[in-house]
Amino acid sequence: MALTRSNEQSLRLDRIACEGHGACAELLPELLSLDEWGFPIVHSATVPPELAAHARRAVAACPVLALRLERARP
Amino acid sequence: MTAESVHESTRPMPAVPADGSAPGPHGTRLLSGWFTTGRAADLTDHLDRYGPLPLDRARRGHASPLINAVEEAGLTGRGGAAFPTARKLQAVADGRGAAVVVANAMESEPASAKDATLLELAPHLVLDGIALAARAVGAREAHLCVARTRQHQVHELHAALAERERRRVDPLPVRLHELPHHYVSSEESALVRWLNGGDARPLSTPPRPFEKGVGKRPTLIDNVETLAHLALIARYGPAWYREAGTPDAPGTTLVTLGGAVRHPGVYEAPMGAPIGRLLAHGGGPSEPLSAVLVGGFFGSWLPAEQALPTPFTKQDLAALGAGPGAGVLVALPQRACGLAETASVLAFLARNGAQQCGPCRFGLPAVAEDFAALAFGRLDPDGLRRLERRVGLLAGRGACRHPDGASRFAATALRTFAADVERHLHHGPCPAVHHEPVLHVPTGSVPGPDEWR
Repeated sequence: MALTRSNEQSLRLDRIACEGHGACAELLPELLSLDEWGFPIVHSATVPPELAAHARRAVAACPVLALRLERARP
Repeated sequence: MTAESVHESTRPMPAVPADGSAPGPHGTRLLSGWFTTGRAADLTDHLDRYGPLPLDRARRGHASPLINAVEEAGLTGRGGAAFPTARKLQAVADGRGAAVVVANAMESEPASAKDATLLELAPHLVLDGIALAARAVGAREAHLCVARTRQHQVHELHAALAERERRRVDPLPVRLHELPHHYVSSEESALVRWLNGGDARPLSTPPRPFEKGVGKRPTLIDNVETLAHLALIARYGPAWYREAGTPDAPGTTLVTLGGAVRHPGVYEAPMGAPIGRLLAHGGGPSEPLSAVLVGGFFGSWLPAEQALPTPFTKQDLAALGAGPGAGVLVALPQRACGLAETASVLAFLARNGAQQCGPCRFGLPAVAEDFAALAFGRLDPDGLRRLERRVGLLAGRGACRHPDGASRFAATALRTFAADVERHLHHGPCPAVHHEPVLHVPTGSVPGPDEWR
């Protein structure tokens, strides 16, 4: 249990850096959507293992590096 | 707050009933000197009344008698969050290396005057609190942050600090800083950013200032009223502190009463008293009330019949979706239009965001515009649904809590003034929107990019 928990990852969004490009929601619609101005709404910050690859792609796609993946805090 | 309004809030106040709930003259503590002498306390007055700084009780670390006393006293922050002060002290004391203490006197809340009043009447209690807190957390630097616009206050504080230096009161010099005066510049990460050479605008957290603040060092940031209470707890102990207030909300607190009360101004009152009793400190309502704004522009509207019997504690107010904030209570008379008042404040909040995050750049101005249409023009039911959706999407989506505060302010207005919302939807603005507003909302435009330093 402790091992699986420590592998869990969570999304962290730097709201000041974010410019509303919207690539993240395109690549990770399961966890993120956009408001009417194109800024992300995080529906769940915890990334389930089956979405880990998509989450990494979303992080890599952000042109201003506003999205990060962190090890989930217990 | 201008010197003029401070003066107004400190005009002779009616005596607080001596009901034995607090031990100082007239039941007051922070303001007891004022009640006794009728003038601001200089250093001689202060030392005569309270004696010298009890620095020996403020050793750093786990065995710090001061941190233990503050913990037992149950002191909570008076800047708005009501966070337990001892926990913050301990976290900074446990941090790595020399700490930094920052006293926050920015008081950017337009409906509040309590910090300016305290600094004018009893500046040395605040400065004692800074010295004691600095000793307890092992700080080698102490800063006092005030708004640049309050030059009278700056002048008085420089004089008070010079007097303390002449008489060698403080073990550590306190540096006075004048920051740009914007609504979000009083937020603690904005102080850290400014003291580190940047803009007085909030930062993304974590790291929180207690972990990594000024000069990347553990930083204690406390409101000036909190520090003044700490200075009294250091002298008289937690049992004395708890003689006022209630077990879950001990001590006294400064409140700023405004709106339809007979004598608006700053008062000191026992914590945990029902809101109706707090209003009675200012002579009570001057006319029938419809609602009370609890916590100022960062607060919540509550229907008067719900607010008046509610004890002024974090827990009791949280159950109603409100909080004590910085002790602001504004009584709204029945003749006023709550929607018009709310629309003006939302327009202010929209102008006064840091313009950094999506919700403050787009969501909040859109909410303010919809609300203005509801209050002053026409909004159809679809527009109302859009407003409610936009209000719900503000919270939790900024680097700081500015959009959260605006969201709560708007949501509690829609709830408290639900009958008015229906009337405005179907019949347009009520006649009351043309009356002079109850809340004094500062004018001024969005700060330019170069106005944050």
